[in-house]
Amino acid sequence: MSEVVLKVEDLSIGFARDEHDGGDKFTAITDRLNFELRRGEVLGLVGESGCGKTVTALALLRLLPSPGGRVLGGRIHFQGRDVLQLSPPELRKLRGSEISMIFQEPSAALNPLITIEGQLSEVFAYHELSEAPGVLAPEKRIRELLNRVGFADPDRILKSYPHQLSGGMLQRVVIAMALLLKPAIVIADEPTTALDVTVQAQIMELLVELQREEGTSVLLITHNLGLIAQYAERLAVMYAGRIVEDASVEDFLADPLHPYSQGLLAALPDVTRRKKLQPIDGQVPRPAEYDDGCRFRDRCHRRQEVVPAGACERQPPLLPLPARPERSVACFLHHSTSAENR
Amino acid sequence: MFSEITKERWRRFRAIKRAYFSLLILCAAFILSLFSEVIANDNPVYIYYEGKSYFPLVSFHSGREFGQPFDEEADYAKLRHDETFRARAVWLSTPVPHSPNTADLDQPGVPPYGPDFARGHWLGTDRLGRDLFARLLYGFRLCMIFSLTLIVISAFLGVVIGGVQGYLGGRTDIVMQRLIEVWSALPFLYVVILIGSIYGRNFAVLIFVMSLFSWIGLSYYMRGEFYKMRDQTYVRVARALGFSGPRIFFRQILPNALTPVITILPFTLIGGISSLTALDFLGFGLPPPTPSWGELLQQGLDVIREEPRITVVTTIALFNTLMLATFIGEGVREVFDPRSRHRVE
Repeated sequence: MSEVVLKVEDLSIGFARDEHDGGDKFTAITDRLNFELRRGEVLGLVGESGCGKTVTALALLRLLPSPGGRVLGGRIHFQGRDVLQLSPPELRKLRGSEISMIFQEPSAALNPLITIEGQLSEVFAYHELSEAPGVLAPEKRIRELLNRVGFADPDRILKSYPHQLSGGMLQRVVIAMALLLKPAIVIADEPTTALDVTVQAQIMELLVELQREEGTSVLLITHNLGLIAQYAERLAVMYAGRIVEDASVEDFLADPLHPYSQGLLAALPDVTRRKKLQPIDGQVPRPAEYDDGCRFRDRCHRRQEVVPAGACERQPPLLPLPARPERSVACFLHHSTSAENR
Repeated sequence: MFSEITKERWRRFRAIKRAYFSLLILCAAFILSLFSEVIANDNPVYIYYEGKSYFPLVSFHSGREFGQPFDEEADYAKLRHDETFRARAVWLSTPVPHSPNTADLDQPGVPPYGPDFARGHWLGTDRLGRDLFARLLYGFRLCMIFSLTLIVISAFLGVVIGGVQGYLGGRTDIVMQRLIEVWSALPFLYVVILIGSIYGRNFAVLIFVMSLFSWIGLSYYMRGEFYKMRDQTYVRVARALGFSGPRIFFRQILPNALTPVITILPFTLIGGISSLTALDFLGFGLPPPTPSWGELLQQGLDVIREEPRITVVTTIALFNTLMLATFIGEGVREVFDPRSRHRVE
């Protein structure tokens, strides 16, 4: 098992209830998240809209909207440091050169008034070259990466403005931009959601290929289990601000443990078998409605199987299975109800 | 140097004939007025007297050099009408041979005098016998310079203050916003009178007092723009790539938030001209004998029955200036209107 580059411990993120109040009352959006990212792997973070995936990604880089968002507790270990304790200058160095991020809409990710060349070379203006070992000349690196992401004619692209390029082209530029300084980690937040299906596969292939070549770890955030199945090695399933299952993709697809995971897989369209899709009934609770119990219990079809009845009113902890320690799940179906929160 | 978008906007601005020609005319008039001293001046351009050449526009000559009994600068207004002197000298005047502050009372009757082409009063004189055209010209220059200075200051203050509010948001924004609201409720005229009576009335004090208030409207727009822009994905990308706060503020957000500044500037110009004219009219503006349109309007009003010329001429000048500025403003707004933006290919 390769070395852990990013370890998130008990990360809780809150948003101010009243934005102008600014201070005191926060609604927890995520609740004590735990996961780790190993060197050179793709970790999928999957869950439906509003479950806290993007907020988690932003928190990793301390990019939560301010005022409004705040980390309520926990630690983010990255190369022996706690990201949450870094001073602003240290944080600025970390961003881009060690952890960078790819956002959802490529069409909005680039400044409309600056040429591609301007935006790419600007990345170097903020970082000493020494922060990016292995990157020698900015000019060369830019051209090399643009070539790698599939532009045969980098010079033409460099002179263009964002509005002159298509969504797929822009996303390739954005990927190149995120990889410019050879970061250890790339957080990809729904990198293909805004793109055509045909372009999606292309972009994902590219991302994974570059990730392997450069030895980068990728945190792939998506609601698309298909992408995870195809490109990720491990995944963490989020539901309503908690991680409910953490497993290798292989194990997960063969045998999802959490009732929500099972529901997710059953809700995947299957083109060949033309089976009926099974939606998960009910709605994700809103953050204000989060309580002390299992957050999935109102939609759970296996709630009756839990012994003793009513156990789901308490929070099931995310714990490794006794028999298979590499898999973790947060459900009393798999743990004795005496299991306590870590 | 200029981006494609800027070039395209300039092309579209030129296509709006009314705005484009207004800009040309106003610019031409302003540039001309910068050379007012060469256009309207008591001092002639050139004198040839007793075998010597003089250039009184650019050099000092005492009265003795032209046979006047004093060492101060020669009184060219008097020399001009001195038949014996004129007979012995070659004399080349500026197009309007009068300075704005010299009273030309050496004629029959009581001022205001009507137009007198022989004496070079193209539009006649004001109530003190000073040349009306010269006063209009110098007044125009003064109020343009005043308004342009005001624009620069209020654009700067408005952008910085509104930008900081929108960029930081939260408590900073709320506190600043409340302060601005209190500030904007101060009665402008009282502040002008108060500060004017303490520090005296002059150009700098007036600019200072006006710019205390003129940035407020713009800061509201900037605050909104920055609020909108700071959550744009590319700003978040910049942050995620480790760009510093000031660079994000100036390089990523500001250029994208400039539209309201540029569209509002021509209207700030109008505001500046009107305010200065109004203050001068009320007597709280620049002290006499500064040539100003407000003062002319005020004079004209006193003699409007006997001599409506002063009022009419000044009003026409004021009206045209404001109209040109309005046309420019409309054109600029149209060019920056996103609803009619063309794609640049």
